[in-house]
Amino acid sequence: MSTVHFTDYEGNTTSLDANEGDSVMETAVRNGLEGIVAECGGSLSCATCHVFLDEADADKVPPMSEMEDEMLYGTTEDREDNSRLSCQLKLGADTEVHVTTPETQV
Amino acid sequence: MTVSTDQQTVPSYAGAQAPAADQATGLLIIGASQSGVQLAISLRALGFDDHITLLGDEDHRPYQRPALSKEYLQGKVGSESLIFRTNEYWIDHNITLIKNERIDDIQRDQQHPGAGIAYGRSGATYPYRRLALTVGASPRRLEVAGGNLPGVVYLRNADDAIELKALVPEAKDVVVVGGGFIGLEAASSLHELGKNVTVLEHGPKLIGRAVGEQTSQYFLNQHRHRGLDIRLEAQIDEILADDNGDVKAVRLTNGEEVAAQIVLIGIGVVPNTQLADILGLEINNGIVVNAHALASDGNTIVAGDVANMPNPVPGSPTNERIRMESVNNAIEHAKVAAYSLMGRSEEYAGIPWFWSNQADIKLQIAGLSTGFDQTVVRDDTNRGKFSVLYYRDGQIIAADCANAPLDFMAVKQALGKGKNIDPEAAAEVSTMLKTLIA
Ligand SMILES: Cc1cc2nc3c(=O)[nH]c(=O)nc-3n(C[C@H](O)[C@H](O)[C@H](O)COP(=O)(O)OP(=O)(O)OC[C@H]3O[C@@H](n4cnc5c(N)ncnc54)[C@H](O)[C@@H]3O)c2cc1C
Ligand code: FES
Repeated sequence: MSTVHFTDYEGNTTSLDANEGDSVMETAVRNGLEGIVAECGGSLSCATCHVFLDEADADKVPPMSEMEDEMLYGTTEDREDNSRLSCQLKLGADTEVHVTTPETQV
Repeated sequence: MTVSTDQQTVPSYAGAQAPAADQATGLLIIGASQSGVQLAISLRALGFDDHITLLGDEDHRPYQRPALSKEYLQGKVGSESLIFRTNEYWIDHNITLIKNERIDDIQRDQQHPGAGIAYGRSGATYPYRRLALTVGASPRRLEVAGGNLPGVVYLRNADDAIELKALVPEAKDVVVVGGGFIGLEAASSLHELGKNVTVLEHGPKLIGRAVGEQTSQYFLNQHRHRGLDIRLEAQIDEILADDNGDVKAVRLTNGEEVAAQIVLIGIGVVPNTQLADILGLEINNGIVVNAHALASDGNTIVAGDVANMPNPVPGSPTNERIRMESVNNAIEHAKVAAYSLMGRSEEYAGIPWFWSNQADIKLQIAGLSTGFDQTVVRDDTNRGKFSVLYYRDGQIIAADCANAPLDFMAVKQALGKGKNIDPEAAAEVSTMLKTLIA
């Protein structure tokens, strides 16, 4: 079982269990977590699943593709060095990651 | 393979406890897909406190359709990834899910406007205080000899996708009828799975009226280059069976026979207006709604693919009506519907957007290009990027962007803010559109 810790822009943290192979986005959306919209359902088309990934966890998830990199320029809240699209953050077995969600996605 | 229709169904329940049989639900949502799910979720976010029943005729937990022709068909994602919400979510939010139940009839309560009783195919009845129809659309059938042979399939829902996937291992040749989004997505997916794929489009161009000439041509070239056999202006005469009665080929009116062990039909959809008809609601290419997602009786909520609505694009011609088939519309329209149910009169306004993944091409469309009088093509072949910007009276109204998310994002942003992008400057591909928004 993997775990994702979501901290919202006000500092409140929610921890959710995740299955191997699920993305951070799926974990959030399926449980109705606010802060991630994910309009396109993980198709890498909407940029409404923006998160800031804890730098210490950067190596635990797949690296960024060129398409994700370009999409990140279109997020509503401006990208930072640790910005990722959470639909691209597939979790392995027994992985624990920490992300912060932006104030707004749209 | 037999397909039975009128068999007795047994509805299955999930989520929150249903009201007792003689008790009405606060809101009955018929159609448990993109727009119905969004309506229920948005209502809870807005503080709607009455019981909600989300009912649909599919025997699956509510799921997202887009992957059915893409990642799911290719085997890249499993069915679990398509599910909207966990069962705990529905329980926690006092929403009862009813699957595998089809509503065939509805009677209004003459004493209480908006209330009534829905009659399920299982024999069960569902009294409600308010009603929402998020019943979507069904595939247009191809009326041709052999159109019902085993191996001739459609792709609208999960059962269709499961049926198609089961046919894939045995098939070598596939014919896709219809060169629209779903046809081309499925054709690309099946080609990626090693099938020999022919696309038969009866019109003169791909993706019909949804995109302009240049985008059509781009996709034609790209798909042909990747190995799809695409025939434009192809007229089908008959679908032919082998000795076992399974499909073996499609015969065109010019006499040519194209081999196929799977024939996938993707020739568009028709809105599901049967229940609206029973309720006496106005119907015109979908159920006619006002800007607040209310049908002509002023009471029934209607959202998503089935709704014919005033064009939500700010500045569009008054009285122009439109029916859209997209995830973005299903979501945004349902949000407006939720406000209406809360007694808040929000108008549906926004910039529609859409995506379609075909092979390694990601198409993103912002805005609606209808009525354009000028286009600007940004063809950055070296980097594999291609966009078409559409203008009306010098104002940008839409863009088709293939593998060009930066262009897409810039146009979407400009449209959302009511701004423009200078067409002359935009013609220079090395210029970032974002820097031209003014
Ligand atoms: C294969 C495929 C790929 C797609 N890809 C994309 C894409 O990439 N991007 C995009 O933006 N859009 C895409 N779409 C379109 C998008 O999925 C639809 O616009 C969206 O699903 C519409 O949602 P809806 O809830 O309005 O209607 P629907 O999804 O059609 O849902 C209506 C539901 O109501 C049920 N129902 C109907 N009548 C009754 C009744 N009498 N009783 C009980 N239940 C009933 C139906 O069975 C269905 O489950 C795709 C669609 C398909 C089929
Ligand atoms: S969910 Fe749309 S880009 Fe991630």
